[in-house]
Amino acid sequence: MNDLTLIRKNLFRKKLRAILLTFSIMIAFLIFGALGAFYNVWTAGVDLAAANRLITVNRINFTQDMPIAYYSRVQSVQGVENVSHANWFGGYYQDPRNFVQTFAVEPETWLSVYPEMVMPDDQRAAFITDRTCLLVGADLAAQFEWSLGDRIPLNSNIWQQNDGSSDWDFNICAIFDGAEETAPSNYAVFHYEYYNESVAFNRDRIGWMVVTTTGSDINDAVIREVDALFANSSAETETTTEAAFNKAFLEQVGNIAMILLSVIGAAFATILMIVGTTMIMAINERTKEIAVMKTLGFPSPRIFRMVLAESVLLSFVGGLVGLGLATLIVNGAAGALAGFLPGLSMPMDVVGIALGLMLALGLITGVGPALAAQRLSIIDAFNKH
Amino acid sequence: MTALYTLTDLSKRYTRGKESITIFEQLDMTIDQGDFISIMGPSGSGKTTLLNLLGGIDRPSSGAVDCEGTRVDKLSEGKLAKWRSKHVGFIFQFYNLMPTLSAAQNVELPLLLTNLSGKERKRRVETALDIVGILDRKGHRPAQLSGGQQQRVGIARAIVADPKVLLCDEPTGDLDRNTADEVLETLQLLNRELNKTIVMVTHDPAAAGYASRQLNLDKGRFVETGAA
Repeated sequence: MNDLTLIRKNLFRKKLRAILLTFSIMIAFLIFGALGAFYNVWTAGVDLAAANRLITVNRINFTQDMPIAYYSRVQSVQGVENVSHANWFGGYYQDPRNFVQTFAVEPETWLSVYPEMVMPDDQRAAFITDRTCLLVGADLAAQFEWSLGDRIPLNSNIWQQNDGSSDWDFNICAIFDGAEETAPSNYAVFHYEYYNESVAFNRDRIGWMVVTTTGSDINDAVIREVDALFANSSAETETTTEAAFNKAFLEQVGNIAMILLSVIGAAFATILMIVGTTMIMAINERTKEIAVMKTLGFPSPRIFRMVLAESVLLSFVGGLVGLGLATLIVNGAAGALAGFLPGLSMPMDVVGIALGLMLALGLITGVGPALAAQRLSIIDAFNKH
Repeated sequence: MTALYTLTDLSKRYTRGKESITIFEQLDMTIDQGDFISIMGPSGSGKTTLLNLLGGIDRPSSGAVDCEGTRVDKLSEGKLAKWRSKHVGFIFQFYNLMPTLSAAQNVELPLLLTNLSGKERKRRVETALDIVGILDRKGHRPAQLSGGQQQRVGIARAIVADPKVLLCDEPTGDLDRNTADEVLETLQLLNRELNKTIVMVTHDPAAAGYASRQLNLDKGRFVETGAA
C-alpha cells in the first residue's frame, strides 16, 4: 500500500458518485476533443496559407466573376511573381450526393502558385498538356476509388456545354498529394481552356485570381496596385492575403471560434461547479478520517497533496476517457468526411491543451478541499463528530 | 522506574465567546516507563484533554509537557506530527478505522510514515495483528468485523510502529462486558510483555481495575485511588 492506494480508495469509495463525476468530466473532454479536432481541420486553410499569396475577387463578393483580361493586366504589376485564375465548377460524380469540389484553372500557373500540390513529373506534364485532364487530389481519388487512366464524367448543376449537356468528360491523368499531411487533397482541377471553349454561357470570365508576390513585405503595395488597376470599372476588385481571405470565408459561416469557446466554456464551468462542490462534500464526509490520519502523524502538507491528487486523478481519469472517445469518434468520422474535411484527426495541440485543462480542472476543484484538509484541527474534527 | 512523561504546572483554558473556561490548572504529573494508568473522572473534568496534551494533538495554555527530554508543547506542527508517529499509539473509543481499507491496510497506515520496505511493513503488520489475535481477519474491511474485532485492529494499528506509549480514549466504551474484558486483557498483555506505557481514560471502574495505577481527575486535581 502507498499514498496512491489511499487516494484511489478514497476517490472510488462511493462508486456511483465517482462514476457520475467521471462521466460528467468525460463528457466535457469528449466535447472539447471532438470540437477541437473539427475546428483544427476547419481552420487549416488559414494556417496553410502562404505568406506571399494573395487572392483577388470581385469587390461585390467572391461569387461574382471578372473579365479574363484582368489576368494579363495583373501579371504586369510590379512585385507580382506569378498569377493564376480559377472558376468554380462545382460538380458531382454520377449522383448529386457525390459532390466533387472542382475548379477550372489555368494549369501551368496554377501549379506555380500552389507548389504544395505535389505529383510525379510525368503526371505534371500530362496535366499541363492534356486539355481534358482532371488533376485529382489523393483523398478525392481514394474516396471514389479513381486511378490514373480512368475516364470519368462529372456533371455540373451550373455549367452546361454548348450542346446542352451538363456531362463533362475527363481523363484522370494526374493525382496530386499535399506536401504536408494537413494540406488538402480533396478537390480536382481541370483546364480553364476546356471549360471556356465548351461552356454555353459566361465565356471569358474568371472567378478569382491567385497572385504570388516576390516577398510578403510588399504584399500591401501589390494589393493597392492591383485594386487600383480596376478602380471605377464595372468589376472592381478586392485583393487580400490568402490567410485573410480564408479567414473571412470561414467567418461567413459564423464566428466558429466563439461558438466553440462558448460551448466548451459552458461545459467546463458546469463541470467545475459540480466537481468542486462534490469534492468539498466528499472531504467534509471524511473530516474524522483526515483527523485520524493527522493524529497518526501524517503531516498536513502530505494530507494537502493527497486530497489535491485525488481531485487531479479524478480529472485525468474522466478527461482521458473523454479524450480517448473523442479520438475514436474523430477517427471514425475521418473516413466518412474525407471529401469535406480532409486530414481530420486528433491534433497533438488539442491533446496538449486537453491535458493542461485536466490538470487545471483537478487543481482548481481540489485546492479548496485540500486547503481545508490541511488546516483541519484534529481537536475540532473529533469534537464535531 | 524511569520517568517517561513529566507534566509541570500544566494549565488548560478554553475561551467560549467571552467566557474563559478552565479545565485544569497547575497540574503536575509523572508517568513512568511501563506504567498502565487509568484516568477516571466526571464528564468535563479534562480527561480527554489531558490525553490530547500527552499525545501532542493539543497544546497547553501554560506549563510543560516533557517526554524523555523533548518539550512536546514547544514542537512545531510538522515536528509534532513526526514525534507522534514515532512515540505514540492512539486507541479510540469508536475505533476510527478507514472504512475503505482492509484490517491489514488500516494497521499499515502508520508505517507509511516510515522508510520500511513493503516486505518489512507486511511482516510488521502481520505480527501486530497476530499479537491482538486477529490475523485471520486481515483481509476484512471494518464493516465486516465486530466491534471487538475492530478495536483489536485499532490496537494493532497503535502498536505496529512500536511506540513507547499507548493513549487510549475510552477503548471499551462501545463494547459489551465480555469483549471489553478481552480488549483490556490485550492491553494488559501489551503492558506486561512488551513494556508499553499505557494511559487509558475510562468511565468504567471495571476497566480501570485492569490498570496498575488508577487516578481520578476531579476539579483539576488528581486523586490516586488505587494501584494493582
